[in-house]
Amino acid sequence: MTEEIIIAGFGGQGVLSMGKILAYSGVMENKEVSWMPSYGPEMRGGTANVIVIISDERISSPIVSVYDTAIILNQQSLDKFEKAVKPGGLLIYDPNGITRHPERRDINIYTIEAADEASRLGLSKVFNMVVLGGFLKLKPIVQPEYIHKGLEKSLPKRHHSLIPENEKAIEKGKEIIKAIHLLN
Amino acid sequence: MKELRLMKGNEAFAEAAIRAGADGYFGYPITPQSEVMEYLMAEKPEDRTGMVVLQAESEVAAINMVYGGAACGKRVLTSSSSPGISLKQEGISYIAGAELPCVILNVVRGGPGLGTIQPSQSDYFQATKGGGHGDYKLIVLAPSSVQEMADFAGLGFDLAFKYRNPVMILSDGAIGQMMEKVMLDEQRPRLTEEEIVKNTPWATTGKTKDRERNIVTSLDLDSAKQELHNHALQAKYREIEKNETRYEAIQCEDAEYLIVAYGTSARISQKAVDILRAKGIKAGLLRLITLFPFPTEVISKLADQVKGILTVEMSAGQMIEDVKLSVGCRVKVEHFGRMGGIIPSPAEVVDAMHNKIIGG
Repeated sequence: MTEEIIIAGFGGQGVLSMGKILAYSGVMENKEVSWMPSYGPEMRGGTANVIVIISDERISSPIVSVYDTAIILNQQSLDKFEKAVKPGGLLIYDPNGITRHPERRDINIYTIEAADEASRLGLSKVFNMVVLGGFLKLKPIVQPEYIHKGLEKSLPKRHHSLIPENEKAIEKGKEIIKAIHLLN
Repeated sequence: MKELRLMKGNEAFAEAAIRAGADGYFGYPITPQSEVMEYLMAEKPEDRTGMVVLQAESEVAAINMVYGGAACGKRVLTSSSSPGISLKQEGISYIAGAELPCVILNVVRGGPGLGTIQPSQSDYFQATKGGGHGDYKLIVLAPSSVQEMADFAGLGFDLAFKYRNPVMILSDGAIGQMMEKVMLDEQRPRLTEEEIVKNTPWATTGKTKDRERNIVTSLDLDSAKQELHNHALQAKYREIEKNETRYEAIQCEDAEYLIVAYGTSARISQKAVDILRAKGIKAGLLRLITLFPFPTEVISKLADQVKGILTVEMSAGQMIEDVKLSVGCRVKVEHFGRMGGIIPSPAEVVDAMHNKIIGG
């Protein structure tokens, strides 16, 4: 199993930390992982993205140009990465703020209204974990127990009291993810 | 105790330097390597091992602090990125001339000038052909993973002390910024003052009655003596070439088409090799680990076996010159690369292999 994922959105949406928690969970489950962020000037006030690869084998390139899954949190990223999903691949996006929706018909497309849900729950800080939950529902590439360990490893000890909130958000994400277009 | 962590390349290097028993780090911030000093400052190695971490007033000051520390027999290091490494060149030349051990990390970004903060490999010439003035060589290690960023801190010190020679770790922004799994070595104790006197009898540790004073210098106004020193340096470099050449041959046994690459380019090329193999093309990758000493012999051997060689570098083509010197005119050697901080995709490397070598 090798899963090549791009997570992209605005700086501050928790794109990089979502990727880190996913990657650390992979490490806890004894998988090979890589986490390759964009660190350029575009991050500063603009879009942020990270390529996460989780695999059972040694990872050759941490940088790829087509992805099994794209997790998209803003319009610019959707415009940029919709075409980079492999045929038959998966696109998950939060429709909040999206005016031009994805048009491809050769991939599976889901929406997750994570921004709305997180603010309803009063948990806007764990918005990214709602998104992660949606992804894990569709592709359970890491088991929940390892996600828990991944959270423990990625969050500083002083924030460990927030882990239950994060896990609640992940569960919520699993409930609210919605299919928009499915391949047969 | 060994420990498994998920870390950025820059952080792994910093942690590994502490664990390698380093005595001091001197640096000045610059993207994309600032996490090295940030990590060291946050980690407070002074409390763990007594290691000193200091933000110098400039890159020039930092490399001269390294010069001073190394002259005392201490395990000292610095890190920077391309423009900062350019500033350090005078000091590096002096350290090489004075035959002092130290580790210098260059997390390369695109140039020339201030260039870009994105990854590049355009400092190959600077690292392997001099950079500073005079006939000298650095031992140049090229990590291609976070694990190697960690491993080469310790290996760098071992080689630096074995040959009394500065070691450069030539990384790039991608390896520095990305996170991977890393198995960290156990803590090596820092050497005691007695051990330093014993292990490095040339160091300026304070004159005792039973020996002449030690002088650390790169200056000799007597040309005859300076030439002898030059000969001794060259003999040392030949010895390093004989003993320390390192590379990884990936699917080279039956390869008809060869890629030569190092660092981030080698990772991308490995995926390109997988794609080519899936299409039935017998491709292989020679990943260079030492850039000086350059793996001339193995490339020369492979030149008799393959139909063509593609070098992949994030530059206009620098390492290709050494590959061509190793190959002569026996097979076609072409370069593919991107510049300006752009990382080529595996698909681009596959296309280049088709267009420049297989079909070209």
